[in-house]
Amino acid sequence: MLALPVKKAFSLKKIFSFQHSVLPGFSLAMGYSLTYLSLIVLIPLAAVFLKSAELSFPEFWNTVTHPRILASLRLSFGASLLAAAINAVFGLNFAWVLVRYRFPGKKILDALIDLPFAMPTAVTGITLATLYARNGWFGRLLAPLGIEVSYTPLGVLVASVFIGLPFVVRTLQPVLEDMEIELEEAAACLGADRWQTFRKVIFPLLTPALLTGFALAFARAVGEYGSIVFIAGNMPMVSEIAPLMILTKLEQYDYAGATAIAVVMLVFSFVILLLINTLQARSWNKETRT
Amino acid sequence: MTGLATRQRLPPSSRASSRVTDEPPWVRALLIGIALCFFAIFLLIPLIAVFAEALKKGWDTYIASVSTPDSLSAIKLTLFVAAISVPLNLVFGIAAAWSISKFEFCGKRLLISLIDLPFSVSPVISGLIYVLIFGAQSQFGQALREHGFRVLYAAPGIVLATVFVTFPFVARELIPLMQAQGNDEEEAAVMLGANGFMTFFRVTLPNIKWGLMYGLILCNARAMGEFGAVSVVSGHIRGQTNTIPLHVEILYNEYNFAAAFAVASLLALLALLTLCVKSLVEYFRPENARRAAAGEH
Repeated sequence: MLALPVKKAFSLKKIFSFQHSVLPGFSLAMGYSLTYLSLIVLIPLAAVFLKSAELSFPEFWNTVTHPRILASLRLSFGASLLAAAINAVFGLNFAWVLVRYRFPGKKILDALIDLPFAMPTAVTGITLATLYARNGWFGRLLAPLGIEVSYTPLGVLVASVFIGLPFVVRTLQPVLEDMEIELEEAAACLGADRWQTFRKVIFPLLTPALLTGFALAFARAVGEYGSIVFIAGNMPMVSEIAPLMILTKLEQYDYAGATAIAVVMLVFSFVILLLINTLQARSWNKETRT
Repeated sequence: MTGLATRQRLPPSSRASSRVTDEPPWVRALLIGIALCFFAIFLLIPLIAVFAEALKKGWDTYIASVSTPDSLSAIKLTLFVAAISVPLNLVFGIAAAWSISKFEFCGKRLLISLIDLPFSVSPVISGLIYVLIFGAQSQFGQALREHGFRVLYAAPGIVLATVFVTFPFVARELIPLMQAQGNDEEEAAVMLGANGFMTFFRVTLPNIKWGLMYGLILCNARAMGEFGAVSVVSGHIRGQTNTIPLHVEILYNEYNFAAAFAVASLLALLALLTLCVKSLVEYFRPENARRAAAGEH
């Protein structure tokens, strides 16, 4: 090998400069990336906040606290939180089974976990709506039990669970794979039974990844439109989701109203994600300290 | 099963030999059972249902509904949109990954989170931002329209919305991969006298080709399948601004279920193809790169 210049770690001293590198193309690549990022993402997103600033506060408040909008926000956030929680439980089960056990069909299961990620949302939407409709494959089984999924808030939940699943599984999988079995052996040697080992040793180690997966699944479900609108049935006050309300406002040419809802959604999701990130950082710190 | 277990080289931390870290058989069976049931209900049956519904009325209906003029124009528009937005995001992805992974500079973490931003924005809001900029109520949009340039409710708007939602895919796939590979090979190439483009095409590209391919196909799948953002900006003009997912919606809302699922099955096939390529990429990817990319979602 050639003797190559050894790179020093990034230091605070050089906070406004980048380290010298023999590789070319930094200005070109960086300049292009920043320009493209600003044109496609940053400037357009700023437009949302500028537009919402055109509304006076009472107008903004009246738009957002309209009962129909409030109901849709409650449904969107409530169903997404619940779906993310369901996904956290089943996603943990999936990741555990995929990493620890051998069973027939494992390869296929592993590959298809990403299906909700790759499947176009409109396709998911019409498929779920058809499956859970009263004459659909699942709907027919559930109807005698008095459970209706399609065109109810329950449908919103089902669709949210579908789209969120891969996020939890894929964040947990690498962490479980990297976990040292010696820790569990030590716990067993010290007299812990399997359930105690799981609760006191494995679960705390998984918590940060679990929270990340939860946050990602939640964020995805809150904003989701295509997978949900078909199965939701969109009854005012009952099964309308917040993104649909934005679309409805736009169809009425109420741009300011649409923007107001968008801002509320953006801020809300941001706050919840921040909260979960803080929780995650805290549980991470606790983990490394002990 | 046991033969398989002994033949495979297990990592040293494998629990093949240790019994204390095994769950009782009934727990094992229960966990696997729950996972398989959940998998069947939430993933497998919906996937099968798409094709079952599409072929319910036979192949003839299937072919007929896929080849109506409206369907064909939707397919054409979708291919056109993907053909523009995917290369745009490819170039950006490579440029961003090159500057982020090969150089040190301040604000790197911020830049990475900004690149991820479109993932956390609702697709409907992604569409909304372009309506706000190019819509009838904005002066910029009006000025453009006076010069005879339509963005909203036309192909340019659809392309813009698609570029926005597929923005992070390639960059996100490449950044961890290129960071894990380090700069050594590129530095050696430069010292041996290669220029920037030669270094990239001869040294970097062969190293990242699998990750790049996966990023591309993921980006493409999303570009062709995007529904929320596109439905906000397209205006749903039949035969003109309908992409495949919007066409599926229209057919479905007209209670033309067989046709809706026939067209939808094209997109489902694309999704399956995407997953196949993903599995292939993971199979061919060297182990260290796989580790690096593990935290990508």
